[in-house]
Amino acid sequence: MITDDISIPFDVSRIRTDFPTLHRTVNGKDLIYFDNGATSQKPKVVIDAITEYYTNNNANIHRGVHFLSQLATAQYEDARIIIQKYINAPLSEEVLFTKGTTDSINLVANSLGELFTEGDEIIISAMEHHSNIVPWQMLCERKGCILKVIPINEAGELIMDEFDKLLSTKTKLVSITHISNTLGTINPIEEIIEKTHNIGGYVLIDGAQSIQHIKIDVQALDCDFFAFSAHKVFGPTGIGILYGKKEILDQMPPYQGGGDMIAKVTFEKTTYNELPHKFEAGTPNISGGICLGTAISYLSEFDLGAIHAHETELANYAEEKLLEFDGLRIIGTAEKKTSVVSFVVDGIHPFDLGTLLDKQGIAVRTGHHCTQPLMEFYQIPGTVRASFAFYNTKEEIDVFIRAMKRSLNMLR
Amino acid sequence: MTLEEKQQDIIDEFAIFDDWMDKYEYIIELGKELPMISEENKTDDKLIEGCQSRVWLNTDVVDGKMNFTADSDAIITKGIIGLLVRVLDGETPKDVATTKLRFIQEIGLHEHLSPTRSNGLASMVKRMKLSAIAAS
Ligand SMILES: Cc1ncc(COP(=O)(O)O)c(C=O)c1O
Repeated sequence: MITDDISIPFDVSRIRTDFPTLHRTVNGKDLIYFDNGATSQKPKVVIDAITEYYTNNNANIHRGVHFLSQLATAQYEDARIIIQKYINAPLSEEVLFTKGTTDSINLVANSLGELFTEGDEIIISAMEHHSNIVPWQMLCERKGCILKVIPINEAGELIMDEFDKLLSTKTKLVSITHISNTLGTINPIEEIIEKTHNIGGYVLIDGAQSIQHIKIDVQALDCDFFAFSAHKVFGPTGIGILYGKKEILDQMPPYQGGGDMIAKVTFEKTTYNELPHKFEAGTPNISGGICLGTAISYLSEFDLGAIHAHETELANYAEEKLLEFDGLRIIGTAEKKTSVVSFVVDGIHPFDLGTLLDKQGIAVRTGHHCTQPLMEFYQIPGTVRASFAFYNTKEEIDVFIRAMKRSLNMLR
Repeated sequence: MTLEEKQQDIIDEFAIFDDWMDKYEYIIELGKELPMISEENKTDDKLIEGCQSRVWLNTDVVDGKMNFTADSDAIITKGIIGLLVRVLDGETPKDVATTKLRFIQEIGLHEHLSPTRSNGLASMVKRMKLSAIAAS
């Protein structure tokens, strides 16, 4: 029987050999990297692809008849197609290269936002990253639009009844995170997309925390925009993607002006290039784009279902062990969650815990995670966050728990 | 004890620790022991908002000497504040303004004074120095 399942069986120790950084020491201890929500480590294939690009293939793209320019252009455009296929976008020109999630959201806020008028409403949620709050506030100031916020419950889940109440014919756009970087909550974006479309609004999904954990199919989701950063999905920094539906992107004015985005420039009038180039002014991060393609190809070799199962097991195990500590509280207890474990300990500042864990070789994130309004909701200064990737192990969690015990003994 | 002697004192104290965790254990003890700044002085104008921890600093000049009290919500930050106050409190404005705080580097805690650490300590030292410059 022929099957198209060519994914490699899930083997953590094999996966770990792909990631050089995981094998270094920090403060004399073997590194335990639990800060994957901030950025992921890079597999050797990606690191090699960066070296290969600058060693052999470097040239500017879309501009030269010479061999290297043609080669670099072909590789860059191939990467676009790899990403298009991976997220199942209908057309490759719907896949725009940006600097990352933040840049993608700003693109939509500045370009689609130009079409908004006073009194138009934009809906976000209480658990958004600052990059999905501030661009909309800036737009609201420019255009007189109104920002509405879907509240959450104690568990860190959206209160969908409240969303229903906020939604109206004035709603132009709902911009929402797929997965919360602070809480790990997986939001019911299918329902949000359907309901928003019913009233004629658009939906942007901030996929910064989902692309590396969940199989994304933009056609099945039917979202209008989907944004993510390469660096959180095993690719380089400084590059990311904005997927947008062609019929919407076509109506949107350009965001930045410059080379590559034009069809013809005269001092009287400039006409703009077609998609995707209309939104890709200037020399892009060429190696970044190519190597994001490499990262996505690498990830495609695995069964994301198995990855998700492994990561969920790690998170459940970590939560179970952490809850044995007196006064420890998990922040974010949604029923549907990914591998993010945020917590606070009574009377202990997250910074102190983070510092002591670091001295024991363990990288966690402490602070407000760029979600200050969320910290205000929970009335805490910040959390300690362990966020897992598919290369993490239960053994690492055991070491982490021992380090936690030692740190708490010192701090109490 | 001169300012320089106080620095050397701390360097000698830390010389006995060869392990990071022991060093931090000591800093945490310092942080726990020290009542630093009175609650009524923990006002917003004395607050230095770091991304990771918050620091309060109160500066005064008494009889030609700098007087510092400071506090933090994080205990490690507070312990390091204790060391800084121990070295700089009671010194002349000129000494506070001009002395290089070499002990921080020598006991291996300079990372805490880096602005990128964003725990408020780098800004605190800057404010201490500025207040001394203003008083001299
Ligand atoms: C949910 C979410 N949105 C947006 C961002 C911003 O991503 P970037 O800084 O890569 O643009 C992040 C990254 O921390 C995130 O976690």
